[in-house]
Amino acid sequence: MTKNLRVKSGKVIDETYRISFKFNGNTYYGFKGDTLSSALLANDVHLVGRSFKYHRPRGIMTAGSEEPNAIVQLHDKSSRTEPNVRATEVEIYEGLEASSQNCWPSVKFDIGGINNFLSPLIPAGFYYKTFMWPASFWEKYEYFIRKSAGLGKSPTEPDPDVYEHKYIHCDVLVIGSGISGIMAAKIAAKNGFKTLLVDEKPNLGGSTIYQNSDYFKINNQNSNSWLEKEINEIKKLENLEIKTRTSVAAYHGYNFLLARENLTDHLPIEQRKGKTRHRLLKIRANKVISATGSIERPMIFDNNDRPGILLSSAVKRYADLFGVACGEKCILFTNNDSAYETAISLIQKGINIEAIVDNREKVDSKLLYEVEKSNIKIFKGYTVTDTFGYKRINKISIKQLSKDGQKVVGSKISLTCDCLGVSGGWTPAVHLFTQSGGKLKFREDDQVFIPNTYPSDQISIGSCNGDFTLDEILINTPKSLKEFLNIKSTNYENLEVVSSINKSKRNIWLLPSDKVLGKTKSFVDYQNDATAKDIKLALREGFRSIEHVKRYTTTGMGTDQGKLGNMHALGIISETAGAKMGELGTTTFRPPYTPLTFGTIVGRNVGEYFDVIRKTPIHNWHEKNKAEFENVGQWKRAWYYPTENESMHQAVQRESKAARESAGILDASTLGKIDIQGTDASEFLNRVYTNAWSKLAVGKCRYGLMLNEDGMVYDDGVTTRLGENHYIMTTTTGGAANVMGKLEDYLQTEWPELDVYLTSVTDHFATVSVCGPNSKKILKKVIPDLDFSDENFPHMSFKNAKIGKINCRIMRISFTGEHSYEINIQANYGKSAWEKCMEAGKDYNITPYGTETMHLLRAEKGFIIVGQDTDATMTPIDLQMDWIVSKKKYDFIGKRSLYRSDTIKEDRKQLVGLLTEDPNEVLEEGAQIVADVNKSPIEMLGHITSSYYSPNLKKSIALGVVRGGKNMMGQKLIIPMEKKNINVTVADPVFLDKENKRLNA
Amino acid sequence: MFIINCPFCGKREQSEFKAGGEAHIVRPKQPTELSDDQWAEYLFMRKNIKGIQFERWNHAHGCRKWFNMVRDTSNDEIKAVYKMGEKPPTK
Ligand SMILES: [Zn+2]
Repeated sequence: MTKNLRVKSGKVIDETYRISFKFNGNTYYGFKGDTLSSALLANDVHLVGRSFKYHRPRGIMTAGSEEPNAIVQLHDKSSRTEPNVRATEVEIYEGLEASSQNCWPSVKFDIGGINNFLSPLIPAGFYYKTFMWPASFWEKYEYFIRKSAGLGKSPTEPDPDVYEHKYIHCDVLVIGSGISGIMAAKIAAKNGFKTLLVDEKPNLGGSTIYQNSDYFKINNQNSNSWLEKEINEIKKLENLEIKTRTSVAAYHGYNFLLARENLTDHLPIEQRKGKTRHRLLKIRANKVISATGSIERPMIFDNNDRPGILLSSAVKRYADLFGVACGEKCILFTNNDSAYETAISLIQKGINIEAIVDNREKVDSKLLYEVEKSNIKIFKGYTVTDTFGYKRINKISIKQLSKDGQKVVGSKISLTCDCLGVSGGWTPAVHLFTQSGGKLKFREDDQVFIPNTYPSDQISIGSCNGDFTLDEILINTPKSLKEFLNIKSTNYENLEVVSSINKSKRNIWLLPSDKVLGKTKSFVDYQNDATAKDIKLALREGFRSIEHVKRYTTTGMGTDQGKLGNMHALGIISETAGAKMGELGTTTFRPPYTPLTFGTIVGRNVGEYFDVIRKTPIHNWHEKNKAEFENVGQWKRAWYYPTENESMHQAVQRESKAARESAGILDASTLGKIDIQGTDASEFLNRVYTNAWSKLAVGKCRYGLMLNEDGMVYDDGVTTRLGENHYIMTTTTGGAANVMGKLEDYLQTEWPELDVYLTSVTDHFATVSVCGPNSKKILKKVIPDLDFSDENFPHMSFKNAKIGKINCRIMRISFTGEHSYEINIQANYGKSAWEKCMEAGKDYNITPYGTETMHLLRAEKGFIIVGQDTDATMTPIDLQMDWIVSKKKYDFIGKRSLYRSDTIKEDRKQLVGLLTEDPNEVLEEGAQIVADVNKSPIEMLGHITSSYYSPNLKKSIALGVVRGGKNMMGQKLIIPMEKKNINVTVADPVFLDKENKRLNA
Repeated sequence: MFIINCPFCGKREQSEFKAGGEAHIVRPKQPTELSDDQWAEYLFMRKNIKGIQFERWNHAHGCRKWFNMVRDTSNDEIKAVYKMGEKPPTK
């Protein structure tokens, strides 16, 4: 069944190295150097997939990254599986398995193919129009659409490969290694610029490297051998780094570019072990030279999408580079001279050409005369009007074009073929240029957009700049580079060039047909199945902006971003709407130029390297004592310490009871600590906290609340006056960096006159918090020579002390409502201080507790946690913390906002306590709070912010925010849950020890 | 990604910096004497210009200093950087 369409040996093929691979379950053979597409074509396989909407059979269309159709899934059912890979870019290797992805159940019998016959019912915007209503039907549509649309399958297992990121800085980056890129790299490197040359293909040389014909000569050599010598020369240049298989994905401002270097995808899988698969290059270049080349245009005619229809340049590339015939009966269809270059290559290789159909009537072309010598029939002034063959093209119809090109005339001629190579001229690949912010201009002569203004130090050369012929490139490239690099000479000034291309082109965006447009399927975007008819319909329905037409018809919205057909879409719009091409604008090309794998994007930032992990100096002790950990920002905090068989709930109940009945110990090292010094330190605190600080005596501590300028609570914590001009501020664990940033901001920008210096010392100190009625006895044992009497060391004060020989600061402060001390000690002694407390507390059942118990204990006391009981919409008044807002201070951050018309409203959400009717019912945090469940829609009054079962109070307690809650004390409210409504009563948020007796117990 | 010329450190990658919104908005010296509207003007109202814009930036992962920048938002060209307290360039 399979044929061998390998002709003469191709340029990049090693025929001594045979490789077997699988496609859709069948085994095929290719050679080293083949791409998946060249190897399939060599086996006469054209049908590789189904189109997205109509599920029409589709074949390989191109030989490069612009491929819209030949999209495959690699290694299905393996952890290495990868969807949406272009067969034209996959280099084959032993063990390669690929399958068609856009078909179900198989590429040869595809259920979605029925859409093709229903296509009159699936016009542009069909999805928008149909699936909008009724909403409940969407689930049913979605199942079938997803299944039959098939954008490939994601892997379900972790990616076994390694990826990395690398920064590169260079003087000159050259993108593309065609003839102009090679010249540019050589000129730059020889003139002392540190140069990087990248190309997405495995080989250098672009399309010139296989242009082996007497019609294209440089200095009396065929252009390919001239270029080969140049390439050999630049490989020796020290100043030049060359990276192949490296595709530039994005070109950002300030010459910052991202490129993907593909290191192992061409190797057999067993040789990839221990190697990096893809490398994301982050390139910062002083100067960028784009030599990205151009992409051949297809032409838009009825049924222009059948398997066997390729770009003419692809037919040439497969023949020259890979030695593969795309068919045994080829027809070329063109509107310019490029197809004759292909014809000459095919003739050289002995591949049969049935005919050439040329839109142009009169052509004076040396290439055409050469082809005519081989007795190939050339239909001048003709166009293809239709094609036939379901899974492979087998026949075309052609007709003569009218003088104005708007109609077809005369009688129809049928020609049989198995391959149709199409050339509609060339489109400069300006994608990266426009990504960088470059603006295009439209060149009327040959209907192309070319670079006009550059937003950074860059230049476009060669065919991406509209220089399509060899002589233009060789004359213009050295000229532009001399100026761009500011150099005297390039050594390319006196080249003798033979270039036999006739530049004439007969550009017709939508070729006429003998059928009415409504009966044709002339594809503009192959990947998304958008036809010329769809674009015209969109215009009839009133769409005018090119961006709107794009979204409505989905033209250019596939993974190929419409690299082939976007120009035709623009052309058809401009002709239909009577607007000029240059004025219509283009759609925006966005990064990446070709899709990137997720692995490339994340690099090494996976697993444990995903984010920084911060551990306290006491972390090892927690680990050894079987703590469960929770993430608080980047910190790992001990969450609770389960003993054998204990659930989290049981552990927390035990820890909470112990802390109130005897002694508990908490690692509070993660709290943010800011050292504040300077003669204006007190004044500074006055301005940043809501309460007054000037009168705080040295050696005393005070709780402070910090607002944003909009009056909303930002952070809280205890600050201690260590000396006349010296404070230590604590912040919440999560807020530390932001508070530091905010304070610096005010100091540097609003109050530069203040003599204040801030230093973050969070990591310099470990903090051990010991609480409970026996905490004093324990501390006394740890620090025997300190006077712990309430007279000498009352609540909210601090002492310098020594544990052994080590200095530490002891604060008598409490976040639990218990008598409690915090030891702050140099971080590397943290664990030893902790162990000393554990040892001293043995007789008092000292119990380590984690963040969960800490939260429970403070909730019993009604202490808020900023970020849990508050979001960025709570003022201190909303929190019923009026007591901490100074009435006397003239100003502090956020003060003015506390009496804006909005913040003084009575019905703002306010923090209240909530008690359940059933004391054993624990509410869910985040649950909604309502007053009336019978009203529809139910009015939401607020939500639960903290909720626990309190072992000390033997009942469920909760904090929540309720609209107008302050005035609802004692009122009944309802928590509506999925299965039941829970009755609650609004209560004082302080549930335990309102008189603060325990602080001095 | 810009290259930003920190007035204290020199040229650095944008990823080292944090943008801080419009520059030259001075916090009122006597907020209590302002009407709600006047306070709201200071608190909320910011320009969003296509063209020359004066901005605050912080070299957050460097010297941690705040400074001002003049940037053309239409093409991201940085026209000038200058220290806090210095007068903005007139040209
Ligand atoms: Zn700096």
